[in-house]
Amino acid sequence: MWKNLPLFPERASALAWQVDGLYFLLVAVSAFFTLLIFAVIFVFAVKYRRSAHPHPVQIEGSLPLELAWTLIPLGICMIFFAWGSLIYFQEARPPKGAMEVYVVGKQWMWKFEHETGQREIDQLHVPLGRDVRMIMSSQDVIHDFFVPAFRVKADVLPGRFTEIWFRPTKTGTYHLFCSQYCGTNHSAMIGEVIVMEPAAFQAWLGSGGDSSSLAGNGQQLFQALGCSTCHRSDTQGRGPNLAGIFGRTVLLDDGRTVVADENYIRESILNPGAKIVAGFKPIMPSFQGQVSEENLMALVAYIKSLEQPQPKERASNQPAAPETSNVQ
Amino acid sequence: MATAVQAVERENYLNSNYGIKSWLLTTDHKRIAMLYLVSITVMFWIGGFFAMLIRLELLTPAGDLVSSDTYNKLFSMHGIIMVFFFLIPSVPAVIGNFVIPLMVGAKDLAFPRVNLLSWYIYMAGAITALTAMVTGGVDTGWTFYTPFSTHYSNTHVIGAAVGIFITGFSSILTGLNFIVTIHRMRAPGLTWRRLPLFCWSNYAAALIMVLGTPVIAITLLLVALERAFNIGVFNPQLGGDPLLFQHLFWFYSHPAVYIMILPGMGVISEVVTCFSRKRVFGYEFVALASIAIAVLGFLVWAHHMFVAGISVYAALVFSLLSYLVAIPSAVKVFNWTATMYKGSIRYETPMLYAFGFIGLFTIGGLTGVFLSSLGLDVHVHDTYFVVAHFHYVMVGGMVMAYMAGLHFWWPKITGRMYPEAWAKLSALLVFVGFNTTFFPLFIIGYMGLPRRYHSYPPEFQVLNVLSTAGASILAVGYILPMIYFLWSLRYGEPAPPNPWNAVGLEWMTPSPPPTHNFDETPVVTWEAYDYEHQPQEEVTVGH
Repeated sequence: MWKNLPLFPERASALAWQVDGLYFLLVAVSAFFTLLIFAVIFVFAVKYRRSAHPHPVQIEGSLPLELAWTLIPLGICMIFFAWGSLIYFQEARPPKGAMEVYVVGKQWMWKFEHETGQREIDQLHVPLGRDVRMIMSSQDVIHDFFVPAFRVKADVLPGRFTEIWFRPTKTGTYHLFCSQYCGTNHSAMIGEVIVMEPAAFQAWLGSGGDSSSLAGNGQQLFQALGCSTCHRSDTQGRGPNLAGIFGRTVLLDDGRTVVADENYIRESILNPGAKIVAGFKPIMPSFQGQVSEENLMALVAYIKSLEQPQPKERASNQPAAPETSNVQ
Repeated sequence: MATAVQAVERENYLNSNYGIKSWLLTTDHKRIAMLYLVSITVMFWIGGFFAMLIRLELLTPAGDLVSSDTYNKLFSMHGIIMVFFFLIPSVPAVIGNFVIPLMVGAKDLAFPRVNLLSWYIYMAGAITALTAMVTGGVDTGWTFYTPFSTHYSNTHVIGAAVGIFITGFSSILTGLNFIVTIHRMRAPGLTWRRLPLFCWSNYAAALIMVLGTPVIAITLLLVALERAFNIGVFNPQLGGDPLLFQHLFWFYSHPAVYIMILPGMGVISEVVTCFSRKRVFGYEFVALASIAIAVLGFLVWAHHMFVAGISVYAALVFSLLSYLVAIPSAVKVFNWTATMYKGSIRYETPMLYAFGFIGLFTIGGLTGVFLSSLGLDVHVHDTYFVVAHFHYVMVGGMVMAYMAGLHFWWPKITGRMYPEAWAKLSALLVFVGFNTTFFPLFIIGYMGLPRRYHSYPPEFQVLNVLSTAGASILAVGYILPMIYFLWSLRYGEPAPPNPWNAVGLEWMTPSPPPTHNFDETPVVTWEAYDYEHQPQEEVTVGH
């Protein structure tokens, strides 16, 4: 019976306990106040029923009581607020060194690509105990990547990357749901996340055949699309040298700075005029409509993989230059 | 006394004129309220019919009763009809329209013709939306999220959006009428501090109607324009932003939740005081809580977007503000409860519904606190937990309050009493049916089943079957009043002017009231809910 009627989701990520802890506290406090209100109403309704209590006693109100039932709930709420925000900050900040998986949502399937180049559809294999960061975008409408057992969820938007991370703590197969309504087969846009022992995961990764890595695909695209003619690996190109750019602060020609994250690289490919790096001309054409979401992700993975230039190269060029100008 | 009233059929707003023209061209707020009553009741049954089909489909995990596209249209049209064409006009346009001028001792609303116009606009919007539904339907959800609604849906999005756009103006006009009436047309002596709380809460809702509705109007117009001409406001490929739509949509649609619930809270304040024979506990706090809800309600919209890709700090601010808006609602619940203390309580049907409202609204409000909590909202957002939460507020709260109000003022509106025993039975059925339908959805939601799913994994079936069983009880609970209200029009006992022995100007005029409400303009010299000076069981008949 109980096998067919589970009343609580499995807990399979590092964050799940924290979310459940807050949930249990909220359930307890809510149950207390609900039962309190129900009980008080019941007692009043019986004790002061017309036949037993024909003459009401008029009471204007009570400032101390009003203050009490304003401030006490407010105080309790602030505890919930602080705790909920702490969990949210953790959810929003992927730890460094997480394994990355690129996700494309489309009506009505999930496409995954591992850094090593393995591709999966509606199924995601991840190793136990490793931080996994998902870099996601949508090819059409808004979708939402939701794994209840991990207690994580994030919308997957067209036109930008969103991210989510989790650390699986229990092997098994878990539901993956699209939880943002996306059209006809919304409820069929489901899949599974398979958490494997690290060794088994390595074996699974190796069984994929001769697929080249995501960054490797990106490198081929980088050549094929002609990116490399301007973005040369020296300082002579018409566009900035991209080596080591990922995660650095970039100085723009209007004086602003921007951190080169996935969304910045994405925007620079699709809408290059939006942010011009200081010292360069806005000559790059847009690749909007020419690069699919998957290829875009391969390009981003490739650019992220580019190592920083050797220190001696930098030293010979601009010895005292600040970091921001170096990445141009 | 009853014989005195009934000896001669005195002239009232119902018998002063006959014929279809006397109704369609009336400027009497009471008749317009009746026009609204009939219209929104039709809409309620259409929306309810869709709900029944949804619940039947969800009896089994596989999507086998209707196709996916049909299912998507069903929940979309259920939401659109219930929100825009039933809940928003329900208490204000029916009960408020009828009662507010009586409560403030006025002959009519400030702009009677505008009032009639608002009904025609409502009908034009309703017919436009229904036409879109009959000719093929709409499948965007009531939320019209872009870019699905603008570029991917193949259904009648523009028709539905235009229908809502049109109806919005009826809402604005009603709000405007209430604001002006409450400011300018109060009887001598009826100061703001003596104003019935029903007027306060409708005033607060009217502020939102007037200030918020233009935003949804322009938002839906942009959706229609983007769909028709691809203008690129929301399309990322043209430099637009799909999240802009969500900000604009919720800027109205979250405050709209308070348009729906505030007037209901007003009903509860009237009913609880009357059937406890008590002045309300902490009048100022209950009145100002309405205003606080209206103001804070405008500042919490992005709590619908915690997982949508907004910045962490924006989420933090909106989470904090969402907690703050919970406080005035809690204050109201505590004050209603305290009002019963040392009262003299009777269990007539309106009071039973008020008990139900307080209990269910408490659950709906507290589960809203779950959703304000960032870390937890990430898990339950867009699941059945949210569905259960807002149905506790909208159906458990608002529809309960509407039913409380209908029963409370039915004798005044129609001049007939409804059958008390049947009404009590229906209140019980609604309470039991509602909880059986929606409580399991909290559990399903925390387990992680997303909303708007046509088919679902088999482990969710048992609770879904329970929910559907509850929905059938709920349906009976709503069908019963439909029958006995109609029955009472002909066979109900004639109602005295003040069957509940309530205070309030609306009870000092005959039932049903004469066309001009009062033979003489009343002069108010007492506080609201002055049950102390009200004779215990006899009533003061209109002068």
